[in-house]
Amino acid sequence: MLLRLHQIDKFYPTGEGPLHVLNGIDLSLEAGKSLALTGESGSGKSTLLHLVAGLDSPDAGEIHLGGTNIVGLNDTALAALRRGTVGLVFQQFNLIPSLDVAANLAFQARLAGRPDPAWLKVLAKRLGLAQVLTRYPEQLSAGQQQRVAIGRTLAARPRLVLADEPTGNLDEATGDAVLDLMLSLVAETGAALLMVTHSNRLANRLNARVHLHAGRLV
Amino acid sequence: MVWTGLTALLSHWRRRPVQLAMLLLGLSLATALWSAVQAINGEARASYDRAAAILGQDRLAQLVREDGARMDQQEFVRLRRAGWLASPVIEGEMRFGDVRLRVLGIDPLTLPPQAQQVDIAAGDQLLPFITAPGVLYAAPETAARLTEQATPPVRVAEGLPPGTVLTDIGQAQVLLGAKDKISRLLLWPDQPIGRAPLKVTAPGLTLREPSETGDLARLTDSFHLNLTAFGFLAFAVGLFIVHSAIGLAFEQRRQVFRTLRALGLPARVLVLLLIAELLTFALLAGLVGVALGYVVASALLPDVAATLRGLYGADVPGTLSIRPAVWAAGLAIAVIGTLVAAAQSLWRLWHLPLLAAAQPRAWARASERALRAQGVAAMVLLLTAAGIAHFGSGLEAGFALLAALLLGAALALPLVLTGILHLGGRLARGPLAEWFWADTRQQLPGLSLALMALLLALAANVGVSTMVSSFRLTFTGWLDQRLASELYVTARTEAEATAIRDWLAQRSEAVLPIWSIEGRVAGQPAAIYGVADHVTYRDNWPILSAVPEVWDRIATGDGALINEQLARRQELGLGDQITLPGGWRASIVGVYADYGNPIGQVIIGIDTLVQHYPDVSRLRYAIRIAPGKAESLAAGLRAEFGLPAQNVIDQAGIKVFSLKVFERTFNVTAALNVLTLGVAGLAMFASVMTLSGMRLPQLAPVWAMGLTRRHLAWLELSRGLLLAALTMLAAVPVGIALAFVLLAVVNVEAFGWRLPMHLFPGDWARLAALALLAAGLAAAVPAWRLARLSPSDLLKVFAHER
Repeated sequence: MLLRLHQIDKFYPTGEGPLHVLNGIDLSLEAGKSLALTGESGSGKSTLLHLVAGLDSPDAGEIHLGGTNIVGLNDTALAALRRGTVGLVFQQFNLIPSLDVAANLAFQARLAGRPDPAWLKVLAKRLGLAQVLTRYPEQLSAGQQQRVAIGRTLAARPRLVLADEPTGNLDEATGDAVLDLMLSLVAETGAALLMVTHSNRLANRLNARVHLHAGRLV
Repeated sequence: MVWTGLTALLSHWRRRPVQLAMLLLGLSLATALWSAVQAINGEARASYDRAAAILGQDRLAQLVREDGARMDQQEFVRLRRAGWLASPVIEGEMRFGDVRLRVLGIDPLTLPPQAQQVDIAAGDQLLPFITAPGVLYAAPETAARLTEQATPPVRVAEGLPPGTVLTDIGQAQVLLGAKDKISRLLLWPDQPIGRAPLKVTAPGLTLREPSETGDLARLTDSFHLNLTAFGFLAFAVGLFIVHSAIGLAFEQRRQVFRTLRALGLPARVLVLLLIAELLTFALLAGLVGVALGYVVASALLPDVAATLRGLYGADVPGTLSIRPAVWAAGLAIAVIGTLVAAAQSLWRLWHLPLLAAAQPRAWARASERALRAQGVAAMVLLLTAAGIAHFGSGLEAGFALLAALLLGAALALPLVLTGILHLGGRLARGPLAEWFWADTRQQLPGLSLALMALLLALAANVGVSTMVSSFRLTFTGWLDQRLASELYVTARTEAEATAIRDWLAQRSEAVLPIWSIEGRVAGQPAAIYGVADHVTYRDNWPILSAVPEVWDRIATGDGALINEQLARRQELGLGDQITLPGGWRASIVGVYADYGNPIGQVIIGIDTLVQHYPDVSRLRYAIRIAPGKAESLAAGLRAEFGLPAQNVIDQAGIKVFSLKVFERTFNVTAALNVLTLGVAGLAMFASVMTLSGMRLPQLAPVWAMGLTRRHLAWLELSRGLLLAALTMLAAVPVGIALAFVLLAVVNVEAFGWRLPMHLFPGDWARLAALALLAAGLAAAVPAWRLARLSPSDLLKVFAHER
């Protein structure tokens, strides 16, 4: 099992006391499989994704990634995990505005110490970015920016891809095209995919789906 | 509608108190330094006006000798007999113990009413005034300085300028050792018709019309212009902060502006509301700024007063008065500065398209076109500076050159830094290094105003410290040459002087007279000294240019040496003829350096001096003796003649005193320099702090991709240090150019002397360390906050639903 979550609890402090965002979550994902995480706004989907990515830590429970419990790891170890093991695709793209497309694509792979120019070339071609490699993010359309973000994640060949509403900022046609690309490339790299989405239509395209409601899996 | 709109606009500041504090602080500091200089200048000018108005000189015409020398009392008698209504005045400087004062002697019986400074005729005060031992009238602070000294009775009189005592003319003649001499005659406004013409009665005298500005005001103009220029520089540096803070606040509220417009608030009302908001801030910060300015001025004024006394002989009180004009000017400059700083933002707002897509941080992204335009403006300014340097002349041209140079260099800075950061990016290896350089380049537009302010402050620092250090080096060498004798003695009376000369004849290697008279040369006030034909002068005198055998020609009475300032001001050179007091002429055979002296000086042979001015005071002497014996000889002199300590001074004592005067002269400039640097540091801090809040969207993805917050914080700190280091590097050549202009143009025009420029890399290294420290501190706070930032705050960047 690539990913296993056991009894995850997460609270957010609020003016009215702690808010129980995640409540006893158990979840697992095998390598090479894809899982959709759906739920209403505020159900805790993104929080769960962030915990898995090592961006935040739970208040209780265990998160086993590749056999290692990442809960309690220090900042440096978590950073190494994000560099080498997981890849993140955000709704807002979050490209680096000061770097051009080629540098953005290569960035995470180089950070992880796994630069592969041949794979990058393939990715750029498959993602339709070969003609815009010297452009800067602000010169791209939203669809192009999300394709760069997907390429950046996959360039490092992570074992687990975490996508948070990757098509949320795109129109339906563009979103579908981007998702098609992402799913096929993830499959080609053999990575597992955990995707947060509002859309049942998109969720149904993945191997499995779970639903979060008020911090619990239902 | 207006109130609702205003509430929405002001809510921005409620949520960002630090940004508001930075805006107000920047404006307050800018106003403070400007107001401090204005308060100091105002105090000094009021003092000059009091001095110029003394004895009604600003309202009464006077008769003086053309050569500026004193006239015989007989001239007064002749004019009175010929029907002229005139009143004699004698004026001179003298020491009461260790207090040096200007003594004014008047004749209360003939004094015109317009010249009556003190009501001497009131009560029973006239008799003690005109009979021995007389009475000295002095301003309260002057009277206080005389309490410990042996003087005639002192009475306090408000309205007299500081450093001046008023007494009866007979008593003044005794005190000044100028029996039967007078300096000038004050003329009553209404003169009898039919009086004998001046040319017949007193052909050596000339009529001087009343003048509202005295010699002091003219003489010190350049000093005050220097201070004003520094005040303005500090103000300009402060405005960079204000411009930056206002620009940022406008950009942050762009969405609010658009919403308010969409909800029906007219653009005109929106702009007026923002102007009202800015004016409120400007007035608030202006009030604080002027108050702070008074604090700064109070701290600086004693040094300014000492400088003006040491350099120009001008007495300015060491305490400040509250002047409404300074408050009004301070508030006006705060308001004008704020509106100038906000003009661009207001213009953009006026043209804000209602439906245009939001462009976060558009203000910080200088388009290439804008950068090119800035480059062209910088080039034009630098070419203008070169043009002024080549074709311009005068102090105003010097300051215009400085302004064009500094502004051109500041505008060119972002362009230069962009080039360097591009180059750095090309040479970088590794993703982090590439990102670091590229990201730094992207931050540049947001930081460029602060960096420009820092460049101005650093360049001013390099320039002024180079000038001061060059001056110090030259001045120290010059003092060694000029003060070659081991001891300097001043006798109290002519009889004592003769006795001292006789006593020293057997006990020293040489006794060199330091005798001088005052008068006017080439229309300027000047002192004429006589020197003995001695190896001391031949070996040591700081000659700048001279004809061959110059000392032989001086000894034979066949020429005169003049100081550099007289040569430059009157465009005199070797071989030119000058007319000296008494109407005789001499040929210029040499020019010498005479730093720190505001007036002209002429040196002739001692015999020639005595021949033309037999009444010259013969009280001061320089003594040559083996250095090891100087101390015992000084002690012997004091013991033998009962001379006060200050009448026998050794070479080291004078040097210490001279260097002290020198250091104080530049204390004010140095203080303003440090304050300007502080303001620039604050600009840097304000910019980094406000930008740091907008940095998270750029840093969070890099953190998410596997960098620790600590690592990112170090990179942020390094970015601040790198930009400060590059700015410092750019500031060095600008500072050297500034020093050159100060030494070769401004000083020559302001003081009349030109100094060689020396470079002091050690000082630059210290300044660089200071700049890096300031930049490090400015960047450290946001970096520290970043390192301690909770992941949930970073995650907010990615949040789209919570």
